[in-house]
Amino acid sequence: MTSRLIDLDKVGMIYEAASGPVEALAGISLSVEPGEFVSLVGPSGCGKSTLLRIVAGLRPATAGTITVAGREVTQPIPDIGMVFQAPILLKWRTILENVLLPAELAGKDPGALRKRAFDLLEMAGLHGFADKLPRELSGGMQQRASLCRALLLDPPLLLMDEPFGALDAMTRDDMALELLRIWGERDLAREARKTVLFVTHSIPEAVFLSDRVVVMSPRPGRIAADLRIDLPRPRTVELRASEAFGRLNLEIFRTLTGRAVGATSS
Amino acid sequence: MTKFSHLGRQYWPTLVLFAFLLASWQAAVSFGGIREYLLPAPLSVWNALWHGDTSWGQHIWATTFEIIGAFFLAAGVGVALGVAIAWSPLLANALVPFLVFVNTLPKVAIAPLFLTWMGYGIFPNMLMGALIGFFPVVINTAVGLSQVEADMLDLGRVFNAPKWKIFVKIRIPNALPYILSALKITATAAVVGAIVGEFVASQRGLGYVIVTTQSSMNTSVAFAALIWISAVGLALYGAVVLVAHLWAPWAEGID
Repeated sequence: MTSRLIDLDKVGMIYEAASGPVEALAGISLSVEPGEFVSLVGPSGCGKSTLLRIVAGLRPATAGTITVAGREVTQPIPDIGMVFQAPILLKWRTILENVLLPAELAGKDPGALRKRAFDLLEMAGLHGFADKLPRELSGGMQQRASLCRALLLDPPLLLMDEPFGALDAMTRDDMALELLRIWGERDLAREARKTVLFVTHSIPEAVFLSDRVVVMSPRPGRIAADLRIDLPRPRTVELRASEAFGRLNLEIFRTLTGRAVGATSS
Repeated sequence: MTKFSHLGRQYWPTLVLFAFLLASWQAAVSFGGIREYLLPAPLSVWNALWHGDTSWGQHIWATTFEIIGAFFLAAGVGVALGVAIAWSPLLANALVPFLVFVNTLPKVAIAPLFLTWMGYGIFPNMLMGALIGFFPVVINTAVGLSQVEADMLDLGRVFNAPKWKIFVKIRIPNALPYILSALKITATAAVVGAIVGEFVASQRGLGYVIVTTQSSMNTSVAFAALIWISAVGLALYGAVVLVAHLWAPWAEGID
């Protein structure tokens, strides 16, 4: 029996809008194993970002149970790193001070984590930018800094909410490779890698990065398909041109648009 | 060197226009038969500025003291009220309607009451300046403290950071550019308040000089006082801009 890091059991979410109650999520059951890279794709408003925040304990679910690392989630949980669509770096702090922010917020000694912060910046290709202000960095570099911030306290779980959504297409593809490298695709055993829950609009991005792609249907968000991506790791640029990659893209596209005709699904 | 030549290129039209206006003004008074007590010539204003029998030092000092006092009073009270409003919804509900009411009062109309309550002196004039200048600080402080990205606040919640820590590390620095921006308005308002206070009741100060010279038809001295007032006002405004630049360089271009 494999252990599970995330376990969602019939999770539902209804929120009160001015026009009455809106059902955002319904009957979401999903398990994620340690070290797995799982993407959530779906149209806007399918509740995938909400689901991410429910897993983090930042929003309460109105039905079902959420378990992370064996503990039921009822309030924000500290063992996670979060990356959002915007880098949301504090403009008055240097890159290094921004990366160290989680230590300060969590009441840990930032001095003790300086070395780790430098190592993370080095790994993210931001060596020499530690003392710069965020506005001196490009959008892609800022997003890499925010990834370093998320990794500072070495959380076992990384929650990423469309982290590359605001970047241009080329930077975006580049960042996907960077993320896999930082994640340890090449040099870490699977169990040693972080578990990643990754929300995106982009099907190719989801296929390229993930071990599994969970396709969600719009309002109320339900799981429409859960596909295993059996493409070899480490993933390479050439993979994007392969037939298998194209077939997976098409299959997810058909599921999303409701035009699935005899698509194979795992 | 290049910087100066750049400034020269940018501002020479201003200088030319200014010189032209001064020259026409002087000519209008010297040759056009305008009486000195209606419109003193630039040269007599210049003389009144440096010579004459007004002891400028004590008046400039009194007014400057009032303006600076008013500025810091407005800044301190304004920031404190803004923090209170952003900290607690209860305090916000209690304070905001009251503050809006105070702000809609024509503060100038209260000046005679200050005379009744506090008599002559520097402090009532200081208070008048503070009263005119504090409101933008309250509003901008409260707005700056609450204009923090929801995701950033989520980050604080993930790490279970206490409320005061979010204030100290995120909200207050975030509000700083907003506060500094309001203080530029306060710097100007403090000047207005101090002069109005002096008009109503004072024994020294540049506003006092204007009122007394007006009754003695010594208009060139009143003009000289005006120039001193704008010099003091500009110096304070410049100081605020400079402090803002040094203190929050990341905020450049926010306002």
